[in-house]
Amino acid sequence: MDKLLQVDNLVTQFRTAEGKLSAVRGISFSVEKGETLCIVGESGCGKSITSLSIMGLLPSNGEIAEGSITFEGEVLTKKKEEELRQLRGNKMSMIFQEPMTALNPVFTVGYQLREPLVLHQHMTKRQATDKAVDLLEQVGIPDPKKRLKQFPHELSGGMRQRVMIAIALACNPSLLIADEPTTALDVTIQAQILDLIADLKRKMDMGVVFVTHDMGVVAEIADRVMVMYAGEVVEIGEVKEIFNNPQHPYTKGLLASVPNVDDEHHTLESIPGSLPNLNETIEGCRFHPRCPLATDRCKREDPPIFDVMETHQSKCWLQEVNVHDKAATSS
Amino acid sequence: MVSLIVRRFFQLILLLIGISFLVFMSMHIAPGDPASIIGGPTASASDLEAIRESLGLNKPVLVQYVDYLSGILQGDLGYSFQTNQSVADAIMTRFPNTLNLAIASMIVAIIIGVTAGIISAVKQNSWFDVSSTTIALAGISIPNFWLGTMLILLFSVTLQWLPVGGLNAPFYTVEGIKQLILPAITLGTGSAAMIARMSRSTMLEVIRADYIRTAKAKGVRQRGVIWIHALRNAMIPVITVIGVNFGALLGGTIITEQVFAINGVGRLMIDAIAARDFPVVQATVLLVAALFVLVNLIVDIIYALIDPRISYD
Repeated sequence: MDKLLQVDNLVTQFRTAEGKLSAVRGISFSVEKGETLCIVGESGCGKSITSLSIMGLLPSNGEIAEGSITFEGEVLTKKKEEELRQLRGNKMSMIFQEPMTALNPVFTVGYQLREPLVLHQHMTKRQATDKAVDLLEQVGIPDPKKRLKQFPHELSGGMRQRVMIAIALACNPSLLIADEPTTALDVTIQAQILDLIADLKRKMDMGVVFVTHDMGVVAEIADRVMVMYAGEVVEIGEVKEIFNNPQHPYTKGLLASVPNVDDEHHTLESIPGSLPNLNETIEGCRFHPRCPLATDRCKREDPPIFDVMETHQSKCWLQEVNVHDKAATSS
Repeated sequence: MVSLIVRRFFQLILLLIGISFLVFMSMHIAPGDPASIIGGPTASASDLEAIRESLGLNKPVLVQYVDYLSGILQGDLGYSFQTNQSVADAIMTRFPNTLNLAIASMIVAIIIGVTAGIISAVKQNSWFDVSSTTIALAGISIPNFWLGTMLILLFSVTLQWLPVGGLNAPFYTVEGIKQLILPAITLGTGSAAMIARMSRSTMLEVIRADYIRTAKAKGVRQRGVIWIHALRNAMIPVITVIGVNFGALLGGTIITEQVFAINGVGRLMIDAIAARDFPVVQATVLLVAALFVLVNLIVDIIYALIDPRISYD
């Protein structure tokens, strides 16, 4: 498969009254064509900031301080704002968490849907309207001609998210970034939207970066999973590996905190403590204060990323032991 | 929309009747007898009685009010105690001047206020933002009689670029525009400052909204994001401020007309109050009140036009 998106050692910082704070601390990952990568982690772990960094949509006090982002062979981090603008909504698109507020309340659905088509594909209003009708049909909105003339407040949350998806997919992007697109929706609508995204991904052969904190959603749609904690990638691997053979104590904690109705003896666990503040300096592994398995070494030294398998990595000292064991048994 | 206009029209009539009553009564309660002003210091008691008789001032106040009201309903605003001229004529000759001044000031206020407010918000904490916020604070604080006098000193007396006062050339001629510039700036500054502050704060809120991020994610250019996606949303509260300010501005015409020697309704009202010229005072106050209500009706209609979520039906 071809590399669609390659992120290397990305550091994203924010200028604040307390100085520069890093929200993303040197993460690397890649997304291939036709693949869905789920980024999971608690609120504030840097998953949304990672996606905004890729889109070039960081708030005005944020900046990419180090590292590079390569998209379809072009280095985005070296591009000027105008070049990035021409890619946004065109080759790469994003949908957001809040469908209720993500659409502009004073413009019709039709206007907002035609906008990327007119901007990037230089369509006339008429061509764009025809295409908009097709797009609304594709995302499963009945009576699209009528919907084009309506305003966002006349649509339900699920409908609005469908419209957002239609806008994002208007120019056939090769990368779709979805930042918790189902979090604000009813469970039944959630499933419909997830199916829709998966279906359109297959049809259009897009790469999808799907940000979520919901492990149920991950199981549903991910090909690969990247677990983030406090601005770092702690574990990354194929979805089956992550669910069946999680290595990092944080990933194990996340999976243990998902309710299970099938097993009546299942006790719901939580990860004690909370995410460190951005300005907190932590010696050693950033997870050690909350880690049930932390050793003295974890308090002193920050672990590197170890290979569990070729397609599965974990950033934990426990892995070193496992790697040694494997080496010992194989010799 | 039509039902709104009809409803407001009836409200307007009720409101004007109420205002006419208040003005009528307050003029009669206030000290100062029109008869003695007209008759002068040498008039005898019987002269004063004759004057009162001729003006209808010797009838009971309520009867006078009912007479007055029935006159208005027939389109008769009465005659000036001072000049005996028809009040309607007196107002019609002066009203265009006041209206030109008010509209010109509002245009100045909206253009300067909205532009400064938006640039301030987009470039928050820049030198432009800091200086425009400071100037806006000064603009709200400066009394307009002082500002008018200073502008005259600078642009008319020292630089001799613009006329000292008067407003007699039609507004569409070069001379008319020159005559309007200083009074419009004098009267519009306070409103410009209020509008700038409001535009800045609502714009700051709007540019952080989710739908602005969506517009950027779609690849809309920065100026499209600001002047199309953000502006229309930010204008909704600003229009309220513009409507309210128009009322203050109508009051401000009184002083500005005085400073620039403009023959307008404001001056007519001031002179009439000094002379206890009841019919003129009542008519001018009613006119200003009616204008204020009309402007607020227009504001409500503009709301519905720019925000599809607002419906009056």
